[in-house]
Amino acid sequence: MTHFLQVQGLKKAYPATGKTGELVVFEDISFDIDKGEFVCIIGHSGCGKTTILNVLAGLEQPTDGHAFVDGREVSGPSLDRGVVFQSHALMPWMTVRQNIAFAVRSKWPDWTEHQVQSHVQQFIDMVHLQGSENKKPSQLSGGMKQRVGIARAFSIQPKMLLLDEPFGALDALTRGNIQDELLTIMQQTRQTVFMITHDVDEAILLSDKIFLMSNGPRAQLAEIVANPLPRDRTRASMHHDPKYYEVRNHLIDFLVHRSKTYSTH
Amino acid sequence: MPARDSLRSLVLSVLILVVLLLAWHIATIPTTGAQVVDEEYAKLVGAQAATGQKSAFPTPLDVGKKLVEQLSDPFYDRGPNDKGIGIQLAWSISRVGLGFLLAAVVAIPLGFVIGMSRVVFKALDPFIQVLKPISPLAWMPLALFTLKDSNISAIFVIFICSVWPMLINTAFGVASVRKEWMDVSRTLEVNPLRKAFLVVLPAAAPTIMTGMRISIGIAWLVIVAAEMLVGGTGIGYFVWNEWNNLSIANILVAVFLIGVIGMMLDMMFARLQKAVTYRD
Repeated sequence: MTHFLQVQGLKKAYPATGKTGELVVFEDISFDIDKGEFVCIIGHSGCGKTTILNVLAGLEQPTDGHAFVDGREVSGPSLDRGVVFQSHALMPWMTVRQNIAFAVRSKWPDWTEHQVQSHVQQFIDMVHLQGSENKKPSQLSGGMKQRVGIARAFSIQPKMLLLDEPFGALDALTRGNIQDELLTIMQQTRQTVFMITHDVDEAILLSDKIFLMSNGPRAQLAEIVANPLPRDRTRASMHHDPKYYEVRNHLIDFLVHRSKTYSTH
Repeated sequence: MPARDSLRSLVLSVLILVVLLLAWHIATIPTTGAQVVDEEYAKLVGAQAATGQKSAFPTPLDVGKKLVEQLSDPFYDRGPNDKGIGIQLAWSISRVGLGFLLAAVVAIPLGFVIGMSRVVFKALDPFIQVLKPISPLAWMPLALFTLKDSNISAIFVIFICSVWPMLINTAFGVASVRKEWMDVSRTLEVNPLRKAFLVVLPAAAPTIMTGMRISIGIAWLVIVAAEMLVGGTGIGYFVWNEWNNLSIANILVAVFLIGVIGMMLDMMFARLQKAVTYRD
């Protein structure tokens, strides 16, 4: 096995009920991700993106097919794969520090309090939340909550990250700032990432490869687009690159027209 | 609420109290006019009351005097039928406390198990549905027969009435812990014990605490009736004993104190509830 992550013939279907036949959400999904690659997956609602991510996370079982990470089949959730949830999923009774420390202690149960706290601080600093360590999630803005979610996922230093539309609920300005932060972090850590997004610009800014899903039911992985922009792209300069509009138009054309009609059958 | 509104409602409260006391006072004003009454009855309720000069129902002032009298020496003990109201209340509170505590020890872990597993929930549901609506006092004869001790029987009755709200609320709270928090725990491979204490318990704590608050309220309602049945000690027995003595003033003092203690118990649990409630 040569690739870090391999997905083979993934299918999710819900069994037939009295009136309707078997409902196939997606099928024949196969792809690879190499170590250090950032992959975004784009598709309309109902194409099963989140289900694919949950299968990779080990939170859901596929009807058919297999997923391998680092040569081992995914059979359940693991500390090897950090997940950032769409709804941030912070524990509201814990402070920012406690939320991250909860993850750190899960990964390294034998660490001393001092080790845990200094590790936690490092990741609070990474997402620029100094000063908010002792706040509860309810006292934070949406962007800050999602930063905590990102810090929590990074703090366990997983082999790969799974991001389920992490910025979907944020306003455009906040989203831009966090994208910049994430980009900086990615350039430093070279994490392997699988991310769901609805935002074409976000995909072009962050990812090396963009997976395009056709519409469900029976959704398929229609295209894999390699990002032609150099890796040191920034949000500020990206749109000056002539290749930017080319790839953006291609992605939008797909979402508007081809995603409906795509079919291999 | 702004301070102005608080003041207004306080003034209104005091006004309502004054009106009530005044109405009570007017209703119990002695009327003149002698009537021929039964001699036995006169002995029982006092000559004044029997001749209609004074109502058998005490005036607010009588009750006030009795209240001061009872509260100035709450812990005297002059034999089995004459103990201070403080001693009687302490008996009731300790029975409620003990029965409630036992119920919590049983209901919260059991509720946890029920809430965690659909199968266990479905298996136990018919038992809970049948046992829950049984009046706790219906258990009293069975308790007396099997436990052979009136004091323990009273505690058992408190136990059985407090157990249901706590059990049901714990199960409900545990079952409705948000899926995303459970998913976080799963992806972090949190072991079951840590998950129970650091995720499920704090997530369900407000619901569990609501169950405890309902339970303590019911327990305090039931203890009065239970003690009337088992007798001997406690505020319920005190009320019954004063009824036999035909001391309406003492009964009213006890009724008032039952209300005050009940309110205090509820406030205590309201505080605890507030302490474990989280804002999302």
